[in-house]
This record gives sequence, structure tokens and C-alpha cells, in this order.
Amino acid sequence: MGFRAGVVTFPGSNCDRDMAVALEKVSGEPAIRIWHGEASLPERLDLIALPGGFSYGDYLRSGAMAAKSPILRAVIDAAERGMPVLGVCNGFQVLTEAGLLPGALMRNANQTFICRTVPLTVENTDSIFTHGFEAGETIRIPVAHHDGNYFADDATLDRLEGEGRVALRYGETCNGSRRDIAGVLSANGRVLGMMPHPERAIEPVSHPSLGGPDGRRFFENLIGALASA
Amino acid sequence: MKVRILVRLKPGVLDPQGRAVHHALDGLGFAGIEDVRVGRMIELEVADGTTDETLAKMCEQLLANMVIEDYVIERAGEQG
Repeated sequence: MGFRAGVVTFPGSNCDRDMAVALEKVSGEPAIRIWHGEASLPERLDLIALPGGFSYGDYLRSGAMAAKSPILRAVIDAAERGMPVLGVCNGFQVLTEAGLLPGALMRNANQTFICRTVPLTVENTDSIFTHGFEAGETIRIPVAHHDGNYFADDATLDRLEGEGRVALRYGETCNGSRRDIAGVLSANGRVLGMMPHPERAIEPVSHPSLGGPDGRRFFENLIGALASA
Repeated sequence: MKVRILVRLKPGVLDPQGRAVHHALDGLGFAGIEDVRVGRMIELEVADGTTDETLAKMCEQLLANMVIEDYVIERAGEQG
């Protein structure tokens, strides 16, 4: 059986197609598109991806409404049974609002929308998402967000660091995130939320600040880990 | 029955919006401002007899993000 990834679309998602294309290009299998109003997930999924965008217009707080949508109940149930879930950008915000990941994503410290490629340090190389990188390796992935300023209290941050759950850290000042955290893993390591967009770096393009190979490597690692599991 | 929910960032959580508003007020020439915090006010029209417990659940499940925010429930008439 081929690799089966599901990509959820909320009203206001705008990176869902890019996510599906990235998964399809790397896995060679079609991604399954899932509408937010569905109450259950398609069968036999290997991965659920929550894409970037502005679900429900960012009403109330980024990700807050999507976290209460029918499909999220199914995603939470699946995640609790060990289903791998990747949340990128707004998807990360949804995962924190849904309680699948600790912390919250606040308005960027400098108040501006930040859209550029940033260096990221890979902190954890034990997870399905990061096992193919070298510990401490710097990769380059674009960010594009207004609410990426990761906050959690010190006790939570210490616990995350102690448990190796900080997957990615910004390699330069970015959005004010506490301890420069760019990506966080769940306790079982099967859920990753990250602000940077690996689906925007899956092929080389001529402009030096766009694209690049590191997003493709991210998906190759992830799909490789899931396919061999 | 009218209910007002005030949602505010917890003390100690940096408020980038408040800081920007503070700068803007300074720029307009208003002196003596020590701090600005931006929150959100949500007005609900709910059935009479809706309990504090139910209102608290609404706040904790959706209206506030308890990681970063506190809430205050004000019933109409209790405060101007």
C-alpha cells in the first residue's frame, strides 16, 4: 500500500495546496484532501498535515476556531492513538489551541509580518520528523507569519528542553519566540508543530531567498520514517 | 442577560501590541503613560440563570487561551 497523507483544509487555509504538492512530489502518492467540516478521517492514513494560512480569518485568536472544528476532534483522537501529525504555521497555532502541543503563539514581538528564509538549528534528531538531520545542523526554511512568537512559562520550557521536545530553533532573531523556539514535539514525538514552511522549500528556484533543498529533505526524512515503520 | 467577558494577557506575558500602542500614544504627545496592555472585551447575551460555572467553561474552552490569558466575567449592572 502506498503512502497516505491527509491534508486538512479550513476556510482560510492557503498553504494546503502547497502542502499536498510537497507530499505528492516526495512520496509519489496523491495526498488526500480533508475538509474541516468532516467529523471523521479517511481510513489508513500515515500522516495528517495541518497547513498554513488564516483559518477562520484568525478570528478570536490564530487557530482558535479551527481547534474547535469537527475534524479537529477526529485529529485529536487519532493523535492520541499515535497518528503522526504535522502542523505548519497556522497548523502549529491550531495544534497549540487544540492542546496537542503546549504553549501559545503570540503576535510577533516587533508587530510586523515576517516573510523571509531563516536559518534553523535542528535540536532533536530522534523524531520521525528530524531523524535524517544531524544534531545541531543548520537548515534554511522560509517563514511567513504574524503570530509566531512562541510563549510558554519557564517550567514548561524547561520540561520541553529536558525531554528533547524542542525540535527546531531559530538561528537568528526572528519573532521574539522564547528561547528562539521554532518547532515543538509532543510527548510521544509523533506530533510536530513548526512555524517555518518546509513545503515552500522543496525545489531549487533561481532567486536565492526562495526555495532550496531543505524542505524536501524534511519531507524525505519524514516519509522515509513512516514508510519503513 | 448581558455578560461582559474581559480577556487580558496574564501579568508577566509581554504584550507587543500594548507596547506599540504605548509608543504611538507617546508619539501623540501624551505624557506620563507608564504601561499599556491591550485586551479584548466580549459581550454575550445569555439566558437568565446562566451560571458562573458555565460562563467560566466558555472562557476556558474558547474565549480565553489559558496559557497566556486571564478572564474576568462581569454581569450587566454589576459594573458601570
